[in-house]
Amino acid sequence: MGACRLCLVEVAGIPKLLPACTTKVREGMEVQTNSERLRKYRRMTLELLFAERNHVCAVCVANGHCELQTLAYSQGMDHVRYDYRFPKWEVDDTHPLFGMDHNRCILCSRCVRVCWHIEGAGTKNVSGRGAKARIISDLNQPWGTSDTCTKCGKCVMSCPTGALFNKGSTVGEMERDRGKLEFIVTAREKKQWIAE
Amino acid sequence: MVIDDLIEIAEKERAARKKHVVRCCMAAGCMSSDSKGVKEALEKAVKDAGLEDQVEVRGVGCMKLCCQGPLVQVDTNEPGATVEITTGNQGPLYQRVTPADAASVIGTLKGGKTTVQCGDPKDPFFTEQFSIVLANSGIVDPERIESYIAAEGYQALHHVLREMTPKDVVDEMIKCGLRGRGGAGYPTGLKWATVAKTPSLQKYVICNADEGDPGAFMDRSVLESDPHSVLEGMAIAAYAVGATQGFVYVRAEYPLAISRLQTAIKQAKQQGLLGSGIFESPFNFNIDLRIGAGAFVCGEETALMASVEGKRGAPRPRPPFPAESGLWACPTLINNVETFANVAPIVRKGADWFAGIGTEKSKGTKVFALAGKITNTGLIEVPMGTSLRKIVEVMGGGAPDGGRIKAVQTGGPSGGCIPADALDTPVDYDSLMKLGSIMGSGGMIVMDETTRMVDVARFFMEFCMDESCGKCIPCRAGTVQMHGMLTKILARQATVRDLQKLEELCEMVRSTSLCGLGQTAPNPVMSTLRFFRQEYTDLLKKDLYGGPNGNGNGEPKPAPTA
Ligand SMILES: Cc1cc2nc3c(=O)[nH]c(=O)nc-3n(C[C@H](O)[C@H](O)[C@H](O)COP(=O)(O)O)c2cc1C
Ligand code: SF4
Ligand code: SF4
Ligand code: FES
Repeated sequence: MGACRLCLVEVAGIPKLLPACTTKVREGMEVQTNSERLRKYRRMTLELLFAERNHVCAVCVANGHCELQTLAYSQGMDHVRYDYRFPKWEVDDTHPLFGMDHNRCILCSRCVRVCWHIEGAGTKNVSGRGAKARIISDLNQPWGTSDTCTKCGKCVMSCPTGALFNKGSTVGEMERDRGKLEFIVTAREKKQWIAE
Repeated sequence: MVIDDLIEIAEKERAARKKHVVRCCMAAGCMSSDSKGVKEALEKAVKDAGLEDQVEVRGVGCMKLCCQGPLVQVDTNEPGATVEITTGNQGPLYQRVTPADAASVIGTLKGGKTTVQCGDPKDPFFTEQFSIVLANSGIVDPERIESYIAAEGYQALHHVLREMTPKDVVDEMIKCGLRGRGGAGYPTGLKWATVAKTPSLQKYVICNADEGDPGAFMDRSVLESDPHSVLEGMAIAAYAVGATQGFVYVRAEYPLAISRLQTAIKQAKQQGLLGSGIFESPFNFNIDLRIGAGAFVCGEETALMASVEGKRGAPRPRPPFPAESGLWACPTLINNVETFANVAPIVRKGADWFAGIGTEKSKGTKVFALAGKITNTGLIEVPMGTSLRKIVEVMGGGAPDGGRIKAVQTGGPSGGCIPADALDTPVDYDSLMKLGSIMGSGGMIVMDETTRMVDVARFFMEFCMDESCGKCIPCRAGTVQMHGMLTKILARQATVRDLQKLEELCEMVRSTSLCGLGQTAPNPVMSTLRFFRQEYTDLLKKDLYGGPNGNGNGEPKPAPTA
């Protein structure tokens, strides 16, 4: 993906910063992962994310189990210097099992990718562009009316924030079972489900 | 089709030439002021005057001085004279012609007089032009392949297929020194060489006609005025790199360019100049159109390819570069419209000829779309290295109504503003880069004293904010914040600390964004800050409390110089 730009690293001899997640390592490559400059950019990127939508940790289902929150702690981001945009996003609670709160979405598109590439349902998608980009279900309809959603819950497992959640969970209760996704992918790749 | 057929078409076209050719601009600029009606009226006037055997009314492409359109120019070929059909002979140039003027314009051919405003073809706007890409523009009929063939069209393709190996062609392109006209200026020959040497059963050639910069209309004009030159360039490129399928990616906002391309492709296929076994050689090449929905980011090559594949038009990290893994993971050559339009002339006249034009590192010519506060709005093509002053003051005629030029903006939302005191800068890739701007695809917007630079910066930031694809955070959220800060500055609500935050954010978005859109989005702000900083600081609110960045007496501390 190379989209979130949080894993940018400095590589000796290359003027541009490269995303570690999509850059192939080479013999003899000299990589700087934690310079002053990189730490500063990471903090700024996180501040931009927090200012972009409404991340109110104190009332969030993912509080304490959130990758965004954890990253912000680890980077020492203790306040946001940019103006909060306070956009008005809706919550989609039409699905019988899951809910989606667009206010907490960081548009990482993990839900879209698991939905297409691991579950193969193709329910989730990104629509719109720039700050107006949002995750949609099927043809931009309430998630509960989707014909393609298999209710597998993989998107919920993959979501780094409190944007996707199991219905019925309250503040701080939304723990993700990421092990399950990893198990499915590994088992498929190693063909563990195919009888000898 | 063999070469004799090609020559025969050209001969026939030349022989059919009548004594007078009345060229009427039928490109989008003039069409928007009813040049279609003018052409019909001219045809009728010819009929009424009984001059059908002497006068041809020809719909042609852009005649460059678009602001005075609809334009009509009358060529007179004295019997026996060898005035080239391909150049026109600079007869009277009628401006702002209306259908009602047609009869009197045609009347002049019978010794009558006309009161229609007549332009001066000897104006520096025309005489200082050096046409390679626009050589046929305003001369040939873009809707008839015969007209292009009569102007030596498709001879380069024949030469390449019959006399040159693909490697010869690539070498020629390296030697000529052509650099990409889509913005970044990457050497075209090197790009072709990479695609050529990447082994694959399937390769593609793409022509990037997305042209999303506000104020730019060069690529549209080339496609509307001379579509075959682009098709021929693409076919030569396909032969050189080993591709069999080409795509032209053109935005849906260019309906005329699309229809001219469709006509051109159809005619080229009928004549066997596209398709299988071109010129009875084993070379096959087809071109299809792909219509973009008009997103600026879809001009970025990886987003463009995703869009051609039918996916969401969002860029992906490079490497891998398209030359190695592009469309459907096959090696793909992607070049700009103007880049392709340069190819056939280079093959016809030789790499050395081309390398002799321009500067040491920027060869050939560049087409610019002159717009903004300038007397002559239109298209110009000049050798690389021509000074900005010559372009805007001599050719462009300076600011209208005696206004003073304040700055020239090049490169659209990815470029910067060049202040009037740097007008002597030669226009080439490297000089513009040094001034914090870029050549870009060729939009050139002239601003006069009434323009506020912070407004300009905010306009372009708003553009980038709206056009960001939203994939990566620095561009998606950073442009929103930068736009907010510029708005705050304009509302006189910002302090010196906000300005520092803005500069810091510019630097961060430039260094961390995924694609060129985000990486260059801060350029208009950074370049106006560099040359017109005073305009920003004049708008700042005084820091009354003497905080960490104030000096206690209400005067902002001088901002750090970059
Ligand atoms: C945001 C963005 C927009 C672009 N838009 C265009 C465009 O409209 N036309 C174009 O030819 N190149 C555009 N480019 C440049 C292309 O990515 C690519 O470099 C170019 O088509 C290569 O052709 P060239 O080598 O002939 O210049 C754009 C790049 C970026 C980052
Ligand atoms: S996984 Fe969660 S945060 Fe990421 S795009 Fe989907 S909903 Fe948004
Ligand atoms: S820089 Fe902007 S346009 Fe480019 S990938 Fe990032 S968000 Fe999309
Ligand atoms: S469009 Fe007619 S002169 Fe340019």
